[in-house]
Amino acid sequence: MIRVSGAQAGAALAAVTGRAALPAARQATLATFVDPDSGEALDRGLVLWFPGPNSFTGEDVAELHGHGGGAVVAALLAVLSRLPGCRLAEAGEFTRRAFQHGRMDLTQAEGLADLIAAETEAQRRQAQRQMDGALGRLYEGWRADLIAALAHLEAEIDFPDEDLPGGLLARQRPVLEVLAGEISGHLDDGHRGERLREGCHMVILGAPNVGKSSLLNALARRDAAIVSSQAGTTRDIVEVHLNLDGYPVVLADTAGLRESGDAIEAEGVRRAQERGSRADLKIVLYDCAATPVPGSDVLALLDDDGILVANKTDRAAAAPTMGLPVSIKTGAGMNDLLRRLGAEAGQRMGDGGSSGLTRARHRQGLEDCRDALLRSLGETDEELVAEDVRLAARHLGRITGRVDVEDILDVVFGDFCIGK
Amino acid sequence: MTLASALPILPAMKTYDVIVVGGGHAGCEAAAAAARLGACTLLLTHRLDTIGEMSCNPAIGGLGKGHLVREIDALDGLMGRVADAGGIQFRMLNRRKGPAVRGLRAQADRALYRAAMQQALSEVENLSIQAGAVDDLLLRDGVVAGVCLEDGREILCGRVIVTTGTFLRGQIHIGEKTWPAGRMGEAPALGLSKRLYDLGLSMDRLKTGTPPRLDGRTIDWAALERQPGDNPPEPFSTLTDSIRNRQIDCHITWTNQAGHELIRANLDRAPIYSGQIEGTGPRYCPSIEDKVVRFADRTRHQIFLEPEGLDDHTVYPNGISTSLPEDVQAALLQEIPGLGNVTMIQPGYAIEYDFVDPRELWPSLETRRLPGLYLAGQINGTTGYEEAAAQGLMAGLNAALAAGGGEHFILDRAHGYMGVMIDDLVTRGTQEPYRMFTSRAEYRLLLRSDNADQRLTPLGLALGCVGTERRAAFLNKEAALTKARDILETRQVTPHEAGAHGIVINQDGRRRSGMALLAFKDVDFARLISIWPELESLPTEITTQLEIEAHYASYLSRQQADIEAYRRDEALELPKNLDYDQISGFSNEVREKLKRHGPATLGAAARIPGVTPAAVTILLAHVRRSKRTGRSAVA
Repeated sequence: MIRVSGAQAGAALAAVTGRAALPAARQATLATFVDPDSGEALDRGLVLWFPGPNSFTGEDVAELHGHGGGAVVAALLAVLSRLPGCRLAEAGEFTRRAFQHGRMDLTQAEGLADLIAAETEAQRRQAQRQMDGALGRLYEGWRADLIAALAHLEAEIDFPDEDLPGGLLARQRPVLEVLAGEISGHLDDGHRGERLREGCHMVILGAPNVGKSSLLNALARRDAAIVSSQAGTTRDIVEVHLNLDGYPVVLADTAGLRESGDAIEAEGVRRAQERGSRADLKIVLYDCAATPVPGSDVLALLDDDGILVANKTDRAAAAPTMGLPVSIKTGAGMNDLLRRLGAEAGQRMGDGGSSGLTRARHRQGLEDCRDALLRSLGETDEELVAEDVRLAARHLGRITGRVDVEDILDVVFGDFCIGK
Repeated sequence: MTLASALPILPAMKTYDVIVVGGGHAGCEAAAAAARLGACTLLLTHRLDTIGEMSCNPAIGGLGKGHLVREIDALDGLMGRVADAGGIQFRMLNRRKGPAVRGLRAQADRALYRAAMQQALSEVENLSIQAGAVDDLLLRDGVVAGVCLEDGREILCGRVIVTTGTFLRGQIHIGEKTWPAGRMGEAPALGLSKRLYDLGLSMDRLKTGTPPRLDGRTIDWAALERQPGDNPPEPFSTLTDSIRNRQIDCHITWTNQAGHELIRANLDRAPIYSGQIEGTGPRYCPSIEDKVVRFADRTRHQIFLEPEGLDDHTVYPNGISTSLPEDVQAALLQEIPGLGNVTMIQPGYAIEYDFVDPRELWPSLETRRLPGLYLAGQINGTTGYEEAAAQGLMAGLNAALAAGGGEHFILDRAHGYMGVMIDDLVTRGTQEPYRMFTSRAEYRLLLRSDNADQRLTPLGLALGCVGTERRAAFLNKEAALTKARDILETRQVTPHEAGAHGIVINQDGRRRSGMALLAFKDVDFARLISIWPELESLPTEITTQLEIEAHYASYLSRQQADIEAYRRDEALELPKNLDYDQISGFSNEVREKLKRHGPATLGAAARIPGVTPAAVTILLAHVRRSKRTGRSAVA
């Protein structure tokens, strides 16, 4: 569920449902969620409209109850963030607004505070993980560049009587241009955007009746893992969207791989193979009760991006010699499998990976940062350039941690001999 | 511990609402501010003739600092008027940059400044001034009840403001020589410092320095670059019509390689490098030996030669603060162009001193540990006359309000630089002598020196600290501004009409007011006069103000939402003795930080580095809950 709160909530609801009129207050209404720019349908679900002050936060509130799924939620959040006056909520912001408008009683207050603490802690850890990777280094580099640029602008403003090198503003312009360009490029990176929307692709392969559909259903039934399920676009491939350890995963079941004279089944197999070759990870399943060692045709499916899973251990005479042993029927070994899949997803998402929400937050921070930088390049007055660069630093700070005035002064006093 | 209740109280003895200890820049403003609010106030200082002394450089203002002076003036404080009366050179720094980052700086004649300050204080009603060294505080029931003087006298009062600068364990260094001292030639106060140490206030050590003083008659002025002031000079105070003093030039010279060699050869005799000094010096005001070491590639460093007065031969060489041995200082001076034959009147020196961690204070500048005791100025880890005076003003107002049983008066970060400074100090403390920079203010475009009166004088009027003269002047200016804005709103043009006057705007058919036109980059007031000649009758002071407002209008409206969010958090005050151990959900790190800082508001809590949004929410929930149930949230 996505909640929009504030004066623009009504406008946002109208935009994202493509309807001019708001739905009746406090009644669930079916709607298609669309991208107002492209008209593309994103999801279908219920919307609820709570005009303030009788709402969770005391402000106008719109709720979108969709099928969810990391990809869909990410897309919806991206659409909403582009609307005027809309931005992603800060951690705990809804609760804070609710307090501010006196909409919360004591028990709610305590419970929610705990919940928010837990959520933010998870976000913080997630962000921390990301910050350790290549992405973190990239952001840190930008942060350092931004602080240095700002420090040089501030030096020119705050120390006019000092013997500073001339033209500090002019010298910083190219730096700001490069920064704005790099951040734009990063935001426009199609591949990354796709991954963000679609998550890590996993496909289950194997001979007929080894338990592929059961595995998909078993994984999809897990409360911890499932976000939503939806029918695949082809009649032969069923997809579910999962959240494994915070990583968005699209898991596909395929038709059993075997030679077939049946034209329709042959087409299914062809698609399964194609899907397999495109997947980020192949889960190759075999029936260890039927064949203690997988056949060469099964092993041929394995490569660096594949893991072998031995199903039906409950009926096997002996423990399988190859593959990760599970019994989908009894649930034995399933936790190990889940952990393994989560780890594989994490590896493949690169940069530490993360949930769509955190990414959307990053995206927003970076977009705001880039916009402020672009504005700064359009200004000529030192204090206005500095103002926009400061805002840019503040937006980037939402991702990398706050840019403090002391950071800036450190650079000023480190780079220039200041002092009378 | 001396208990006032156990002592005989002379019936004829006068008691005061507020006693201010110290006659420096903080003390003067504190005393005057308390008295303006009607508090019966006593200023105690050990020498009456040094009241208002500029103990370091003979200048007031600068970037950020000039903003502070204008804000002090807006609340009817003294520093602006006194600087105008003592000023002998005025320069608007950053004149070619935008109005938000211009700062006024004045060279002052030290004698004139001192005299003007003493004169201004003598005119303040409700204020008595006495010479006397305060030896201790009198306490009653754990609350300040008066002061005890060295000569044994005791004076009772409701509130005490201590503004004694660098006297806590003051230690002067010149080369290998070092001795305990306050300023040069003054003994450090010991008795009162014992009381402050006994209170258990958290303290740390800082260092600052001053350059040698020169005899101007032995300087070869003709060889030096002249630095004139502005003509005509713009005053600090809105109550000053014009600057009357004769205006002088400053001069600029430079150190050179020979001087740098000399310094390098004598580093082993420099207290900051020999390990003799342990305190942290300001990064923005390094000694010349520090500059030579840290910026070894620089072949010269700038020196401003600032006369200390019209009839005073003393010259302050700004830029070569040093604690090198006296003979090295003299030799160094000989190497500097224009100073070949200079006579050194007094050597430069470094002073180390203890300061009270300002996190020991509430935003009212009252100490958390001892109700009724306020601290202001350098004792709180700041540097500079303006920073001291601004704290003095706020401490004086708050002490007077408290003595009268009133609410405190807190300026926030969107009100002014004074709010920024005090918030920085009490929520974050300081690791070096704290000086104001405009980059410290997140709402810099709003906190301009040109609108200090519009930002703060209304608050001062409501509080009652603004006198009749300023009140009348302010209301006149407000009325003129309102009238001018109204006129500009009613004058409107179509894009086509604007185009006829050379102002190119979107041909969208929308009529635009004079105020809206003024917001365009290339439109100044002269352009508006070309459209509406009758606008010429508006006073320049007013039209300039409107130009500035329009110039920043789009930025300021964007900033408004930020300020509102910030103020919502500031409005939520946390109970003074909130027991953080009783609130569940904090990490140990956050809990320790909150306990250590004891933030006064929710906003202040959020500004403590390391306090997470989740922790702030928990805090908010807790406080709201306690308020609602009426249950005490305190231990």
